[in-house]
Amino acid sequence: MKIALSTRPVIAGNAEGYILASKTALSFWGGVEPHSGMVVDVHHDLCGTSIAGRVLFIPTTRGSCSGSTILLEMVRANTAPAAIVTLCVEQILATGAILARALYRRTVPVFLASEEVFRQGSNALAASLSEDGTMWIEEQAE
Amino acid sequence: MNLTQYELDMLAGRSGEGAAMAMRVLCDLGELFGATRFLPILRAHIDGCAYTCVWDAGIEFVEKLSACGARVTVPATLNATSRDIRNWEAFRIPAEIAQKNQRLEAAYLQMGCIPLWSCAPYDAIQAPRFGQHIAWAESNAVNYANSVLGARTERYGDLVDVCCAVAGRVPECGLHIKKNRAGSVLFLLDGVTERDLADPMDFAALGYLIGKETGNHIPVIDGWNRPVAAASLKALSAASAASGSVALFHMVGATPEAATREEAFQGNAPARIVTVTPAVLDGVRDELTCAQEGAIDLVVLGCPHATYTDLQQVHGMLNGRRVHAGVEFWIQTNCLTETLARRSGVAQALESLGVKLLTDGCINNFPVTAWGFRTIATNSGKMAHYAPGNTGAKVAFLSTQSCVEAAVKGAWAK
Repeated sequence: MKIALSTRPVIAGNAEGYILASKTALSFWGGVEPHSGMVVDVHHDLCGTSIAGRVLFIPTTRGSCSGSTILLEMVRANTAPAAIVTLCVEQILATGAILARALYRRTVPVFLASEEVFRQGSNALAASLSEDGTMWIEEQAE
Repeated sequence: MNLTQYELDMLAGRSGEGAAMAMRVLCDLGELFGATRFLPILRAHIDGCAYTCVWDAGIEFVEKLSACGARVTVPATLNATSRDIRNWEAFRIPAEIAQKNQRLEAAYLQMGCIPLWSCAPYDAIQAPRFGQHIAWAESNAVNYANSVLGARTERYGDLVDVCCAVAGRVPECGLHIKKNRAGSVLFLLDGVTERDLADPMDFAALGYLIGKETGNHIPVIDGWNRPVAAASLKALSAASAASGSVALFHMVGATPEAATREEAFQGNAPARIVTVTPAVLDGVRDELTCAQEGAIDLVVLGCPHATYTDLQQVHGMLNGRRVHAGVEFWIQTNCLTETLARRSGVAQALESLGVKLLTDGCINNFPVTAWGFRTIATNSGKMAHYAPGNTGAKVAFLSTQSCVEAAVKGAWAK
C-alpha cells in the first residue's frame, strides 16, 4: 500500500529508492567511504551497509568540516544516496548538496521531516519524493 | 536575501563566471540559514587543501572556480596539505597523493591565495583582530579566531571558505551575530591548580572534556583566574574542536569576550554547570592514551603547527641528547617557522639530533602505512583523537617533556 506524507524540501529535487534508516547521526568524513558508499564508522549501526542509491533516513549529520566534500565526492562518483530525509539540517550536509548542484548540476535532494513522518518512513520499504516535498512510501509486505 | 548592487552584479556574472558561481553557493547557504544580507569580510583561511580530505571533486571544484576567472578578494591563507611540498618523498608520501595535491595547490595559487600551508594561521601572518568578520575554516583555527582573538567566523565547510574569499562576503548568521556568541554551559574548575594545568597538553585535556560535554552549546570556563599562555589556548581550541564541534568558547579573565562571567553569558544564566576536578582531567588523559607502556615508533609534535618558540623549547629539552635509534621524531610546522629556525641554526641543531621538521603537512592528511607505526606519542589532544583512526597506530598522550623523553629512550612510561 502506498501512503502520501509531506516533508519540507530543503534541497529540492525528485528521487526514489529503497529506504535505509538509522536513529543515529552520521559523520560523512571518517564515517563513509566515498568511493564505495559504505558506512565505515564502527560506532554506527549502518556500518558495513552501502548508502549509495538509497533514500537515507538519518536524524542529522555531525563531525568534521570536510563532511561536505565527502558528499560532493560521492555525487561525482555516483555513490551518493538518492535522497536524504532528516530531522535537522546542519551546515555541513547542506553545503555538500549545494556545492554538488553548483559544480555538477545534480545533487542529493534533502527533505526535512517531522518526527512522526521520519518514524513512519523509517519503517517503510521504499520511497518516492517530489520536489514539492510530497513523499510516497511503500510499506513493508506483511 | 537583500543584495547590494555590487553583490547583484557579482551574482549576474559582471566579475566573471567564477565569482558568480561562488555567489550562487553563498546565496543558497544564506537563504537556508535565514540570513537577510551579506557582511563584508577582511580575511579568509581555506581548509580544503589536502587531497585526502577533498578528493577529486574538491580538485574539480577549485580548478573550475579558477578556470572561470575567480580570484580571492581578501587575504586568504591556505591550510595544511597532504604533503611536505619540498620533502614529500622523505616522508614516504605516495606519489599519486603528492601529484593530486600539487594540482589542488596550483589551482588555489592561481586564485591568489597565500601559500602558508598551515593549520595555525593565527600564529603566522595577518591575524584578524577583535570584532572583525572573517571566513575561516579548519576547526582549530575557527575556534582560536572566535575564542582567543575575538574575531567572528562561522565553522565553514570545505570549499565554502574559498567561495567567501572570492566574494569577500559571508551570509550574516550564526557566530557573526553578537547575541549568538553568548555562553550557555558553565565549566567550573574546582580545586584545579597550576600542577594540573601546567603543560599545553593539560589544556588539551581540558579542551577535550569540554568538546565532549558541550554538544551544540557555547562553553564558558571559570575558576582559573590566572593568565593563560597562547600555546595553551591553542591546545584547548584544537582539542575541543576535535572531540566536539566547539567553534567558540569563553574563559573568564583569559579570552576577550569574557572579562567577567556575566559578560561571557551576556547576562543569561547557564543552562548547565559541569564541575571539573583534577580527577576528571586525569580521566581524560587516560582516555586519550590507548597504547600500552613500552616501545614507541613515532613522536609527533606540532598539531596544530609548531611555533618558533616550540622548536626552541624542544631543542632545550633535548639538551644535546640524540633521538633513540629506530624512533622517528617529527615536528609539524609551516615554512615561515622552518625558515626562521634554519636562519638561527635551531633547525640544523634539531636535525643533527635526529628530529625531522615536517613542513606544510600533517600526518592526519596522508597515509603513513608505509612506515608501519604501531605506537605514537604526542602532546596534542587533537592528534590523540584522530591518529588511531587515520594511522591505525595506538597513541600515548603525554606532556611535551615526556614526549621528548620517549623519543630519547625509545619507550614511554606513565
